[in-house]
Amino acid sequence: MNPFQSSSNARKSKDAFGSIVLAALTYIILGCTLFIFYDIAKKGLPVLMPVFSEKGGEVLNTDFLTRMPETLVEFTDAEGVKQSLPSSDFIEYTKANPDAVVENKKTNAYSGGGIKGPLVGTALLVLVCMVVALVIGIAAAVYLNEYAKQGRFVGMIRLAIMNLAGVPSIVFGLFGFAFFCLFPLIPVFETGLGTDLPKVAIPMFGGHLIFKSLGNSLLAGGLTLAVMVLPVIIAACEESLKAVPKGFREASLALGATKWQCIRTAVLPYATPGILTASVLGVTRVAGETAPIMFTAAVALKGKLPWDSPSDNGIFWMPDFLTDSVQAMPYHIYTVAARIPRTDATAAMQDGSVFVFLLMVMAFASVSIYLRIHFRKKLKW
Amino acid sequence: MSNSMNDTTRTATAPVPNNPNPIAKQDAMIEIDDVSFSYDHGQTNVLRNISFDIPAGKVTALIGPSGCGKSTLLRCLNRMNDLVDTSKVTNGQIRIMGQDINASDVDPIELRKQVGMVFQKYNPFPKSIYDNVAYGLRIQGIKNKPKLDEAVERSLRRAALWGEVKDRLGSSALGLSGGQQQRLCIARTIAVSPRIVLMDEPCSALDPIATARIEELIAELREEFTIVIVTHNMQQATRVSDRTAFFYIGELIEYDSTAKIFSNPSVKQTEEYITGRFG
Ligand SMILES: Nc1ncnc2c1ncn2[C@@H]1O[C@H](COP(=O)(O)OP(=O)(O)O)[C@@H](O)[C@H]1O
Ligand SMILES: [Mg+2]
Repeated sequence: MNPFQSSSNARKSKDAFGSIVLAALTYIILGCTLFIFYDIAKKGLPVLMPVFSEKGGEVLNTDFLTRMPETLVEFTDAEGVKQSLPSSDFIEYTKANPDAVVENKKTNAYSGGGIKGPLVGTALLVLVCMVVALVIGIAAAVYLNEYAKQGRFVGMIRLAIMNLAGVPSIVFGLFGFAFFCLFPLIPVFETGLGTDLPKVAIPMFGGHLIFKSLGNSLLAGGLTLAVMVLPVIIAACEESLKAVPKGFREASLALGATKWQCIRTAVLPYATPGILTASVLGVTRVAGETAPIMFTAAVALKGKLPWDSPSDNGIFWMPDFLTDSVQAMPYHIYTVAARIPRTDATAAMQDGSVFVFLLMVMAFASVSIYLRIHFRKKLKW
Repeated sequence: MSNSMNDTTRTATAPVPNNPNPIAKQDAMIEIDDVSFSYDHGQTNVLRNISFDIPAGKVTALIGPSGCGKSTLLRCLNRMNDLVDTSKVTNGQIRIMGQDINASDVDPIELRKQVGMVFQKYNPFPKSIYDNVAYGLRIQGIKNKPKLDEAVERSLRRAALWGEVKDRLGSSALGLSGGQQQRLCIARTIAVSPRIVLMDEPCSALDPIATARIEELIAELREEFTIVIVTHNMQQATRVSDRTAFFYIGELIEYDSTAKIFSNPSVKQTEEYITGRFG
């Protein structure tokens, strides 16, 4: 007789049923995700790479990546063929063909040209955000993990940080708007203000120290995004610091290193891979956020890139483009999807933007996964 | 550890007998004077009223069952216990070269330059062999390449590792065998020229051959350094040490020359431990 025979058939079938339910749920989610990806790719790929469209065409639609968004003009020409041109092309077209018949003219804002502005804007926002978030995040994590006395107070700080991670992004957006955009944060020294002084003006050296707000700007948006990812970055940095073996710290200190020397030479270098991996993942998160930037940085349409003749911000130590507004991918997608009617002509911008943005986010995620695998293989101790 | 347990053990153990082989005061490198130590603000003492002198230029072994406080005592000597926020020396004084090391004007950084430590689990940095040995000097701000080269070579020779690694100083220390890594850690420790080297079960993660090499090395280093070694291995204590201190649950039971401890211990508990009847 088999001594290991199952004693209860009911238990067995319950077990089997449980695993089937779990598997089914997993596959349903996977299926939904794959369907969404498929749908986006099917509609968006032909925009970016017209060879894959039914009509065929060039391999890469470089215009889509290198032109700024502009208004799209739809019209019917003399032969009754429906045409659509970005407004600048349309103006040239009418100039070149002054007698051309233009009928049923219709304009769609934001839907012509390409997505260079939003791409550049998002890249800059992410850059500002990550620089700020990493500097503050690493500093905070090092303090909490290495310096602070572990007790009730630090526990409360950790709890607060964790809760911050759960705050809806729109709240960060409004906070950023109130604090970074409206609140006068930036000290500026000015002379010759006359009697027309702002509320806070500290007289000194024959002039006044006044405070300016950032307004709707790249910097305000980047800072808002930074505040939003900080909890994630701090948690990830702390994780990475904790993963550094205690032996490294002890060896370093036992050799007569000061605390800071120990952290700089025996802890941070070995925590960097983890911090890097986590921050790339953080990038994918901030890149996709709309709510925090729609009040603080993003504009729907802008004819120029941030560094092309930005308006003077009157702050001598800050580059002008930092205080200029920008376009951004998520906000651009929101605009073209929510504010523009979907027609055959405008669909290209809608589908193409989403597709390119998805590629961008997936690329970041892949880099993060690659880094994780790479470092896991390389750093074993 | 509960207090009631402490009390029973205290009544069960004989008082520390008068040391038949006292060390002349001028030979004492480390004087441990009635030291008690706690990890929890003084609520329970992990070490209780420990007193003995460790002689200069000799190897002193600390033995005793797990958890009796050997590592704790060792880590008191270079103030590594400072890393535990809640720890403190609750009673007595530890003097090294006559100086109370817990005095307020003692910089633990300077102390640790003089009192090096080799850990139970060999822990080289994931850097090159050269960078490992040069680490202690570099954090002292020494950048002079010839000087570093010279110190690295001298330390590696001293740690009997030079011959094995001289052609691959630039390769990762993690590529070495366990025994080599531990000798590298010894080289790294002696590179900063400490007076005292503390070793906490330095061979417990090594095979017998690697262990034998470390023991040879300890024998060679004893002339230059005062060595305090924690060991679980009785044979090792007899082979490498001049003096042996036996601890039991936070108390020093017996301290004497190694020969005496292992041939004719004065306290019954010591005898039971070294003959393997408990622990
Ligand atoms: N960092 C620490 N915090 C609190 N208690 C500790 C710590 N390290 C050791 N102890 C306790 O102190 C006692 C002595 O430990 P230890 O010195 O490591 O013993 P040994 O090295 O003799 O095995 C043990 O009861 C242990 O649990
Ligand atoms: Mg120990």
